[in-house]
Order: sequence, then C-alpha cells, then structure tokens
Amino acid sequence: MEPYKLGAWEISQKIRNRELTARECIVSFLSRIDSLEPKVKAYVSVLREAVLKKAEKIDKKVKRGERVGMLAGVAVAVKDNICTKGVKTTCASKILENFVPPYDATVVERIEAEDGIVIGKTNMDEFAMGSSTETSYFGPTRNPWDLSRVPGGSSGGSAAAVSAQEAPLALGSDTGGSIRCPASFCGVVGLKPTYGLVSRYGLIAYANSLEQIGPLARGTYDCALLLSVIGGYDERDSTSVNRAPRDYTRSLGKDLRGLKVGVLRELIGLGTDEAVVKAVLECASKLEEMGALCQEISLPVLSYALPAYYLIAMSEASSNLARYDGVRYGYRTEVDLDWNQVFSKSRREGFGAEVKRRIILGTYALSAGYYDRFFLKSLKVATLIKRSFEKAFQQVDVLLAPTMPLLPFRLGEKIDNPLALYMCDVDTVPVNLAGLPAVSFPCGFHQGLPIGAQVIAPPFREDLALQVSFAYEQAAAFKGRTPTL
Amino acid sequence: MALSKRHISKEEVEHVAWLARLELSEEEKELYTQQFNDILDYFQKLNELDTEGVPPTLHVLELVNVFRKDEVKPSLPPEEALANAPRKRGRFFEAPRIL
Amino acid sequence: MKIGLEIHCQLTSLKTKLFCGCSSDYRGKTPNTFVCPVCLGLPGSLPVLNEKAVELAVMVALALNCEVAPQTFFVRKNYFYPDMPKNFQISQYDVGGSIAIASGGWVGFLVGKTRKTVRLRRIHLEEDPGKLFYHGTIDTSPYTLVDYNRAGIALLEIVTEPELEAPAEARAFLQKLRSILEHLGVSDGGLEGAMRCDANISIEGGGRVEVKNISSFKDVERALTFEIVRQRDLLKKGVKIQTETRHWDDVRRTTLSLRVKEEEQDYRYFLEPDLTPVRISQEMVELLRSRMPELPDARKERFLKAYGLPEYDAEVLTSDRAMADFFEECAKLYDKPKAVANWLMGDVLQCLHSLEVDIDQAKLAPQYLAEMLKLMDRGDISIKIAKKVLWEVMKHGKSPSTVVREKDWWRITDLQTLEGYIAQVFKEYPKAVEDALVDEKTIHYLIGKTMEATGGKADPELTNALIRKKLSQMKKGS
Repeated sequence: MEPYKLGAWEISQKIRNRELTARECIVSFLSRIDSLEPKVKAYVSVLREAVLKKAEKIDKKVKRGERVGMLAGVAVAVKDNICTKGVKTTCASKILENFVPPYDATVVERIEAEDGIVIGKTNMDEFAMGSSTETSYFGPTRNPWDLSRVPGGSSGGSAAAVSAQEAPLALGSDTGGSIRCPASFCGVVGLKPTYGLVSRYGLIAYANSLEQIGPLARGTYDCALLLSVIGGYDERDSTSVNRAPRDYTRSLGKDLRGLKVGVLRELIGLGTDEAVVKAVLECASKLEEMGALCQEISLPVLSYALPAYYLIAMSEASSNLARYDGVRYGYRTEVDLDWNQVFSKSRREGFGAEVKRRIILGTYALSAGYYDRFFLKSLKVATLIKRSFEKAFQQVDVLLAPTMPLLPFRLGEKIDNPLALYMCDVDTVPVNLAGLPAVSFPCGFHQGLPIGAQVIAPPFREDLALQVSFAYEQAAAFKGRTPTL
Repeated sequence: MALSKRHISKEEVEHVAWLARLELSEEEKELYTQQFNDILDYFQKLNELDTEGVPPTLHVLELVNVFRKDEVKPSLPPEEALANAPRKRGRFFEAPRIL
Repeated sequence: MKIGLEIHCQLTSLKTKLFCGCSSDYRGKTPNTFVCPVCLGLPGSLPVLNEKAVELAVMVALALNCEVAPQTFFVRKNYFYPDMPKNFQISQYDVGGSIAIASGGWVGFLVGKTRKTVRLRRIHLEEDPGKLFYHGTIDTSPYTLVDYNRAGIALLEIVTEPELEAPAEARAFLQKLRSILEHLGVSDGGLEGAMRCDANISIEGGGRVEVKNISSFKDVERALTFEIVRQRDLLKKGVKIQTETRHWDDVRRTTLSLRVKEEEQDYRYFLEPDLTPVRISQEMVELLRSRMPELPDARKERFLKAYGLPEYDAEVLTSDRAMADFFEECAKLYDKPKAVANWLMGDVLQCLHSLEVDIDQAKLAPQYLAEMLKLMDRGDISIKIAKKVLWEVMKHGKSPSTVVREKDWWRITDLQTLEGYIAQVFKEYPKAVEDALVDEKTIHYLIGKTMEATGGKADPELTNALIRKKLSQMKKGS
C-alpha cells in the first residue's frame, strides 16, 4: 500500500519496525501533494528539501537503534497562522506574505521533539477570519469531496490536506469553529481543546481569549495522538494550564455503556439542514445502541452565542491586528508620506475585505459609548453561556450537536454576504465562549458530501469527547471512506 | 423601520476606520456602512437578554498570578531582529516621518 | 494655576523587561539587539508578567501611602505610533471591572521652607515604548528611526491630582519622589530617561494643556515656565487657551502643538486577554512592607535625633538619597554633622550645580570632605582656602591635602613670613595705616589687604594680632 494512505500511528509504527523508512513516507506524501495540489490547493507552501533531510535523520536514528518519538517520520501539515522558524508564516494575508518568523510555535517544537515532520503550511481564511477558506489572499482551497465546494474554514487547508491524504495529520486553530467546521465539511476528525490545554505561543492571534490550536486527522486515534503531543503546560503562554501531560489514546476503545449524552435541542433546531439533523439524530441512536443514554437538553441561551462571539472576536482582532503597520515586518506601501498615511495605506493595501470589516467593527465595538452596549454585554452573555453548559454537565457527561447547520456550500455562494457566512458558525461558537473541548467527527454523508457531528465535553475532558468519537467511528457504516480524486 | 436600522453612520465608519488606520475608498465606506448596519442590526439581538447583575467573563479560566522570574533570557540574534523589516537603516527600523 | 503630573519611572532595578526575558540594561547598547519576539511585538508572541515588577510596584505604592488593590488586571491601551511594537500598550486602567495596582496616596515635600502635600490619583504598571530618532528634528526629519531596545521596559506611572501651583513646586515634588524611589532601590533617577514626565497645566481662564516628552526634572520646570509665559501672553492678547497636547522640544526649549495621538476616549481600553489577573493578598503586602528599607521621612527623623540637625537641613538632605548617603558617610569620619550639612547644602551644592553633576557622580568623596574639614579645624587652611580646595577636589578628584600641598596653600603661621607681608602692606597703604592709628575699627582693611597679599593663606587671627602689635608699636614710637 502507498504510504500516503496510512494513518499517522501506522506510519510511525512501520518506521519504528523498519517496515518503512521515513524517507519513503515523505516522498510518497510529496508526490501525492504534487499530483493533487493543482486541484485541492490545500497548501500555501511545501517544505520539499527540509523534510527529506529530516526524514533521513530519523531513518538514521532508527538504524542506530536509538529511541524515536511518537510521531517518528509522520508528516504534519501546519496551518499558516502557526509560526515556523525560518519558514514563511503568512496567515494567508498579503500583509504577511513575506514574514519569516525567527522562532517556532511551542506546538511545532513539540511535534519536532517527537520526530514529527512539518511538511507544509496550509491555506486558511485570511487571519483565520472566515468559514470557507475563501478569504485567503492566495485563493480558495477546494473541498476534496466536491471540488466545486468550499472545504470550510478557517483551517480549510489543514482539513482538505488530511482528507485528500496529502498529510496524515494537521494542525488547525479554532477561534469560533475553525477546526471543527472544515473537519465537518471535509469528513475528518478535528478537535478544539479546552482553553488553556494547548499553548498559544506562536499562534498568530485573531481572538486570544477564544482560540486554541488543535489536531485534525482522518481518524480519532491519530487525532488523540497529536493532541497528546501538543497538549500541556507552557511557561511562555500565561493562559496555559499547568496540568500533568496526558496520553489521550489510552481512553479510546472504552465502551459507551452508561455514558449520558445530551442532544442539544437548540442546535438541531430551526435553520439546520434536514440532512444534517437526520444524520445527527441517527448518530445519537447509534450511540444509544452502543449503550449510551441519550436525552434531549435545551440551552436556550446558546442562541445568543453568535453575536456575542463575533463582538468579542472582532474587538480583540481589531487590537491584535494593529501591529501590522509595515515598520517591523509585513507589507509596507511604496509611497513616502507621514506615518499616519503610510500606516493607513499599508493596512488598506495589505488586508483583505473581511479582515478590514472585522477590524472596523471591532474598533467600533470597543469605542467609548459602545463598549458597554456591545463588548461588555457580550462578555456577560459569555458568562451566561458558560453557566448553562455547567448546568448541563450536571445532568449529562457530554453533549452532542451538529458541527455545521448546513452541508458544504459552493465556492462563491456566500462570500458576498458577510452576515450569512457568520451565521454558519452558529453551532460552533458556544464552545469557544465557554472554553470547552469539542471534537467534530463524520457522522454521515448526504449526496456524497460529509456531515459532521460534534461532541462537547466538560473542561479538560477531551478524553470523553474522543472516546465517543472513536466508538462511533468504529461502528460507522462509512468507515474508511475517502474522497475520489 | 428603516431609520432604526441605522446604527452607524458613514461618518462614524470614517472615524473608526481612522482610529484603526485603515484608508477606505468612497465605495468601501458606502458598502461597509450598509453591511455594518445589517450586522449590527442582528447583533442587537443581545439586548433581548437580561444580563443585569451578571459578571462579565474576563477570563474563561480561573487562573491568577501567572508570573515569570526576573531572569534574563537570550534576545534575538542581531540579524534576525531586523530580518523582516521592509525598510531599515543601519541597526534601526525605518519608520515613516512623523510630520 | 493648577499643575498635575504624570510621572513615568522605569523600574531600573529589574534585570529584565516587564513581559519578556530581554535584559533591561539597554542604555548605550547597539540598537535593536535587546529585543525578542515578545517586545518586538512579533505575530504569535505572548507576554508573561515579571513577578518582581509587581512586588516593586506594591512597595512603591506602600511608600507613597497608596491603597493597594486586592486584585488588579492589565488592559490594552490602543493607539498607533511608530514607537509602539504592537500599536497598543499593555497598561492598567479602571475599565470593565479592572483596576490599577494602587490608588490614592500622597507625598509630602518642602518648597523653599514651606511644607506641601500633593495627593496621588493612582499608580499603575505599563510597558515602555521604543525610542525614536530623527534626522534633525521631529518636524523636518524625512524618516523616523526606531530602536526597540527600550520597548517593554517596566514603567510605573504615577499620576498626581492637579494640585501643584508653581513650576518650582513641581520640581520639588519630583525631587522628593525620586528620593523615595531611590531609597526603595526600585529606580535610579540618575539614569538617562529613567524618570520622565508629562505635565498638564491650566491657568485661570484657559483650557487644560498637556505637555509631553519631558525627560528631566529640570526640563519640567523649564517646560512649565515656558507654558505659563506662553499662555499668559495669549490671554493678554485675548486668545482663548484651547485644551490640547503639546510636545516639549528640549533642544529648542519650547513647546509645540502636536496633534498626533488619540484622545482619551479613543483608546478603546479592554482587558489584556493574554495575561491573568494579579491577586495581591494582605500577607504579600505585609511581607513586602517588612522588606522595605528606610524611607526619606523616617531617615529625616533619624537625622534629627542622631545628628541633631535642624529640621530644614534634615529634610533637604533626605530629599536626595545620594546626598543623604554622602552626609552619613562623611558624618562617620567627621564628628560635627552640622558643619557637614552646612557644607553640603552650601558650597558643595553650588559646585554640583555649576558642574552639572549629581553628588554620586561627583569627584568629591565623603572622606575628602571630612579631610578638608579636619584641615580647617587644625588651622592648616582657612575657610577661604577651603572653598578653593573644594573646587579643586571636585574638578580633579585629588584629595584635599594633595591639593593644598601641590598648590602650597598651607596657612601661613610663620611669624617672620607674616611680618614681612604686613610690612609690605603698611608700606603700600600709608593712608590706611594712618586711619587705623586713629580709628581702630578700620584695622580690617589692613587685615584684608594682608590676606589678599598672601592669597588667603595668612592665618587671620595671627595676622590680626600682628597688625595690632605693629600699630601699637607705632603709637608708642610716635
């Protein structure tokens, strides 16, 4: 079998057992990338030479009988808002088109410490602002299941790369659903960790208080494996929680008997595509068959999550993105004028339309006179949402909901209507406001397009969410299905 | 009512864009003003919710007193500090003139 | 007239910056070599708070009689400027449930001989921006050069109520504040740019004018005086003083209107999401209080008791930590503290002013002053010579006895030598001799002339006696 078809765990096992070399694996992925990228466009950059050198190093280690890491020889696609030392990190924006970080994000260090190989940087919505990967300065990524459709976003490149077998593992970031949405649209597993579990050091900020880096993979096991590598305390991130490191693959395989699953009524409610509702309810029945106890849970306050999320995210973004002024790094306009004009022009020319929209709205929401009405109000709504989840978790162990209220839509279908696009995030944002972990996994197909369900767990109970995802995956009728490309 | 939909005027958009140092064309100003009003109209939904006495979530985590010791760590190698600068002069970043 | 000050003082005793491990010892270093992803504001970097900075801030708050907040937060102050690595400054502000590290407080100080107290509004921690350099001046430079070595240095902002009533008061207050901070050991005000100040001033019938970019205490007095004159002139001409922000040009020593930065309502303060709240327990406050060194007011009390100094002397000396240290060192070596105080507050201070140095950088060491005083006591030099010796010591750093020896400034006590000088004076000023023979009070003229002839080296008492003796001999002889 071609190595690119293998999962991450299998690859590292085969390399460790000398059934495969890391070099063979990397070469296999590089040629897969070469043949598919013209169609899929998942990557912004591919590190052709560096990866071969790294692979050879790992092969030498194996040969000498040295210990190799958990990700030995495994190619990892990294979203292009995660800093990689000496490798362009663009956020898919013109303003950072030539930015080369002088340092690695903590997650990248951890992957390399386990002998994983960053194979390329993946496409995304500009500065992670979008749900379709259409706002990328480098053009959109396509959905491997239907090239005329979007892969979701903002980590669309990461999800598409994994789905199209251009990498076994990928890193994404999830501010309001940016891992789960493309995981759902591309039919892969994606996990948004509890806020504070994974270090944000080196993640180029969109909305600091909401976002986490997380893993994407074709199966739950690999997803758990990557989470085990990247999770854990980092003294460089003040919001990182100091907890003992954990191997998330261990809880997989536990059966679901007695597990209480709450099906979120609001999120399967009005406005959700019927096919999605059907698939999620069938998923719930399947879980029941496996011994889980399903009940409907209603959290009416979740319907206020979307505006609260957008106001907080835009406000933080307006401040985070102020640093792009063309002095220390990034795009600078050619004209020589005073600093106010040079800043204003550089930012006008460097940012795309959606980024500008969010910066201006965020600036507005933080302005004197609107602060209380918009920003502060949103923070209070976040408190109510967090409380309502806490209450729900007194009744059930995990919550089940659709990841997206709709099927992957066509490129260009929604891009001219910002509000319509924002509405797509309605099911994913509550989790970010409450800082909870959630995993999105494929729960069915409709007319050849994947549908995702998400399991939401209490803080730091990624193990529970992964356990459900893994159990369902083992029983799913479409297990192992991949897009035809 | 059409009037009650006007949350933000074109002049406000101009002012806020200036605060954010974003130059906008006339068309952008028009388009954004209209889009912002639609979006803010939807965001108004928050007003339905009574948040009297609810504390804001300042941090979703309950972490406090996360500190670092006052110990020197290496700075960037000199060539790396300026490597990304669009313009530099000697060891300085070159910013635009003030006036 | 109402003057309020915002003092930005660097916590210079910290080894690293406020939010990163870059060394804070940036002065005189190659530009942009003391920077890292955090203080350069590189995308993806995150701040981590320096624990020591919080401790020092609490100690300052206690020393300035402030109330320490049980829980404090950091916020972002959003505005664009080329010296800002992130185009927001991590600071503290009372917004949305967040409060600064300390509020209230007061500082008592002496203006001339009058005691004055100024109240403080708040104290907060924030990061210093980078430093801008111009080709020529700010208004003509075709570009701006930026050095971010200073960016991220821990600053303590201390805001007073607008209760100062004259430029000299502002200066006296700042002197006392500096002394307190130096006694605490948190900030060395002698370092370039370690203590900077924005001043707001409103005079009757005018708007509030804020003057920024004042980088020394001397300049605070200059800038305020300049503003008062400028504003009074405008008022005389019937021009209304607008509320505005002006920039102090320390080269041309003027203020100029500079509409560059946002106004208060445009800063869009909000909680810094990358930092956690800081909780300051009562135990921590008490622990820090117990670690605090002696402060100027306590030291002043001790000076009163231990050295028997008058209150004024004690206050003046303790308003400058280096001066107080110098005094104590010297008083250990020379047991007449009042004499030491007099010399320090008089001639020494004068010398320092004209040489434009602080006492801790001066070439005068405590043991030199003590040695000089002893030379005087022993009668080796006169007070007049002592003043000359002081100058030489301050200029060249030689010990007083070396100076006296090299310059041959020993007091002339040899009778024969002195009689020779006196005989010469009597010969040159016969009229004065005649006067002195008639009216004894005019004898001082002859003494003065003799002192002059010896370059001040003659022993005055001996000279007095010898002249009287000579005059009475002349009377007898006539």
